[in-house]
Amino acid sequence: MPVILWSDALVFLLLAAGGIGAWYVRRHEHLLLPWRRVARSATALVSLLVLSLFLAVGLLDTLHYRAALPGQQSGEAVYSPEVLSVFDKLIEPLRTHTEKTYSAPLAVALYAKESVADTRGNVLREYPRLRYGGAHLADVSQRDGDVAKRALFGALAGLMAGLLIALASVWRLLPSPASGRGAGGEGSQSKYLSPESSLRSTSLSPTLSRLRERGLPLFSMLVATLVIAALIGAVANLATVYHVLGTDKVGQDVLYLSLKSIRTGLIIGTVTTLVTLPLALLLGIAAGYFRGWIDDVIQYIYTVLSSIPSVLLIAAAVLMMQVAIETHPHWFDTAASRADLRLVFLCLVLGMTSWTGLCRLLRGETLKLREMEYIQAAQSFGVSSLRILVRHIVPNVMHIILIALVMDFSALVLAEAVLSYVGVGVDPSMISFGTMINAARLEMGREPMVWWALAAAFGFMLVLVLAANLFADAVRDAFDPRLNRTEGAA
Amino acid sequence: MLAYLIRRIFYAVPILIGVNLLTFALFFVVNTPDDMARMQLGIKRVTPEAIEKWKQQRGYDKPLLLNSTAGGAGKITDTIFWQKSASMFVLDFGYSDDGRSISREIQTRMMPSLAIALPTFMIGLVVYVSFALLMTLFRTTALDMAGVALCVLLMSVSGLFYIIGGQFVVSKLWHLAPISGYAGGADSFKFVALPIVIGVAGGIGSSSRWYRTIFLEEIGKDYVRTARAKGLSELAVLFRHVLKNAMIPILTGVVVVIPLLFMGSLLTESFFGIPGLGSYTIDAINAQDFSVVRAMVFLGSLLYIAGLILTDISYTVVDPRVRLS
Repeated sequence: MPVILWSDALVFLLLAAGGIGAWYVRRHEHLLLPWRRVARSATALVSLLVLSLFLAVGLLDTLHYRAALPGQQSGEAVYSPEVLSVFDKLIEPLRTHTEKTYSAPLAVALYAKESVADTRGNVLREYPRLRYGGAHLADVSQRDGDVAKRALFGALAGLMAGLLIALASVWRLLPSPASGRGAGGEGSQSKYLSPESSLRSTSLSPTLSRLRERGLPLFSMLVATLVIAALIGAVANLATVYHVLGTDKVGQDVLYLSLKSIRTGLIIGTVTTLVTLPLALLLGIAAGYFRGWIDDVIQYIYTVLSSIPSVLLIAAAVLMMQVAIETHPHWFDTAASRADLRLVFLCLVLGMTSWTGLCRLLRGETLKLREMEYIQAAQSFGVSSLRILVRHIVPNVMHIILIALVMDFSALVLAEAVLSYVGVGVDPSMISFGTMINAARLEMGREPMVWWALAAAFGFMLVLVLAANLFADAVRDAFDPRLNRTEGAA
Repeated sequence: MLAYLIRRIFYAVPILIGVNLLTFALFFVVNTPDDMARMQLGIKRVTPEAIEKWKQQRGYDKPLLLNSTAGGAGKITDTIFWQKSASMFVLDFGYSDDGRSISREIQTRMMPSLAIALPTFMIGLVVYVSFALLMTLFRTTALDMAGVALCVLLMSVSGLFYIIGGQFVVSKLWHLAPISGYAGGADSFKFVALPIVIGVAGGIGSSSRWYRTIFLEEIGKDYVRTARAKGLSELAVLFRHVLKNAMIPILTGVVVVIPLLFMGSLLTESFFGIPGLGSYTIDAINAQDFSVVRAMVFLGSLLYIAGLILTDISYTVVDPRVRLS
């Protein structure tokens, strides 16, 4: 039975909006131009590649369902109360292979000694073997060789797959080499593939040279694709029989937790801006365009909101939300929907504190725009205010919105971890980077230290945020009119 | 100038009223005191008498806005709004759930917060600006590129990582400083040193990059070219001309946080066990002590508005062209 949680619905809405936006931009060359500038930067494309991988994981993790329980003869199907996602199903071994407690990355034995009775009844203190991690090995000493072998094979397989993907994207480009369409980000990692595809090299090289002419960083894309593919291959091959990143206190695989955290981080980073964007846009341009008392009222609202330090405002709002959730347990049918609603609320609360900055920017820009000649022309032709706002103002502040959207993303992902630590973040039962760090932090004092859960959470977060930051920089550079000096002609 | 200040302070009143109304709505209207009592006493098996008693102990057993049973001025003053919200204007924050006076707690906890936040702020400012100036000096070279790359990398790392990593390396591996704790007087140095270093390190990425953009914007202007044409060395140009002219955008971002330093940092103080206002707030959040959180929200916005006024004053100090009237 498919389940659509609130956050899922918002993600689908966001996807639809993004899709429509992309379709619209593709049909308008002047809107496409800054994106072409983004595509010329190697760092932007590589970080986009990384981001789209994270996005893929997050999207698969958004398709939720409740499995039908087996053993029901009557027609009425009974569904398990546990809400799973397609991604859970894909990586089922990771989810179900839980150990007893901590184990180090790639370990075959638990991290703590336990009393084990041997065959003759003697009780020994030793590190017991794991239930799943390296269970196929007869002897513990074979582990290193086995790990190396599996990693190598996995990496090779991943490399092959990466080459195939690169090749396929070249193939996709070939039928319409003249149009130049469809030569977006992922379809361009093909420059140095010509030896492999020598069969069609005659028709291939013109395409490639055209791509190169447009300044697409083909070589970096190819290298990035291959490296990522090899990494994924190696990890995937190891993950079937080992815990690549170890296990946590209750024996859950840390890799599984990290991958599940991605969705939470992405939702916080995107949905937050989405839910408050209409508000900021509406109030911002209304204040800037109409001025007078409307401006005063709107300025008053956002000055009040922004004068409260954001952490405190968030804390107060989340505390109140907790009270509401605790006192109304009948609102939720599953634990997942409860945790999910809390996530959506958190996005709303975070948005409440962050829309004021965007609103102020939009107001300022609208104040500038409304004095432009074309707006005055429209006014003197008797065009209605609403039409002026929609036709003339909104398209001209779009770049501000886009820049704010991508710049806020990484800050929000980082904020989630901090807020979860403070105790006003996501539901404790929801897997996120913040809850992972929070749980792992308590193990700092253990001797020897349990470091892998912390390292995994920080590592995944670093990659996600770094990619987002680099991409955001490229987008800002491409869209900021103050920086556009080279290509004014088009 | 004085007239301007008085007017600014006068302007701040409606904003503070707005903040007050907002917290009142958030804490007493969205969730009634009954809800809060039920939450704190446990959801199940809570008797109406227990709720009444909880409310009475905290003075929540009054009407929200208008007390029709009381006579005279009591109609307005004997209400939750008057006693819990409006009283904050005279800095009377009432009592926390454990019965202590919140105003008193704020007074005693301000100093430890300041002991961490003020040095972090000062050292941080110097470090970030010097690093940014260095990058500006070596602009368009590989050194500048490396600096920017380092900044982006540093700002992509979670703030929690700096604290946890710093505690682990400095305190656990090297035994240079105690992991957490606080002592007054001369002893305090060894407790505050690590939080300060970590606080400064955590901000390098974003701040230095921000200052670098400011400096780069200035360096393209005409007066810089004139200064160079006079034969000034690049260092003199940077420090004597660019830095001075970049003061306005720098002050805009910097001065506003000075009053907020009193509030301390939630994260640093709770990780290092500093008995300041930050850890007070975080404890209140975890214990769901609504009156403390309410007081902190109000105090925070009060200090923020003070910071905005200070910012305006600071403009007149660095730029004689700015006249407040």
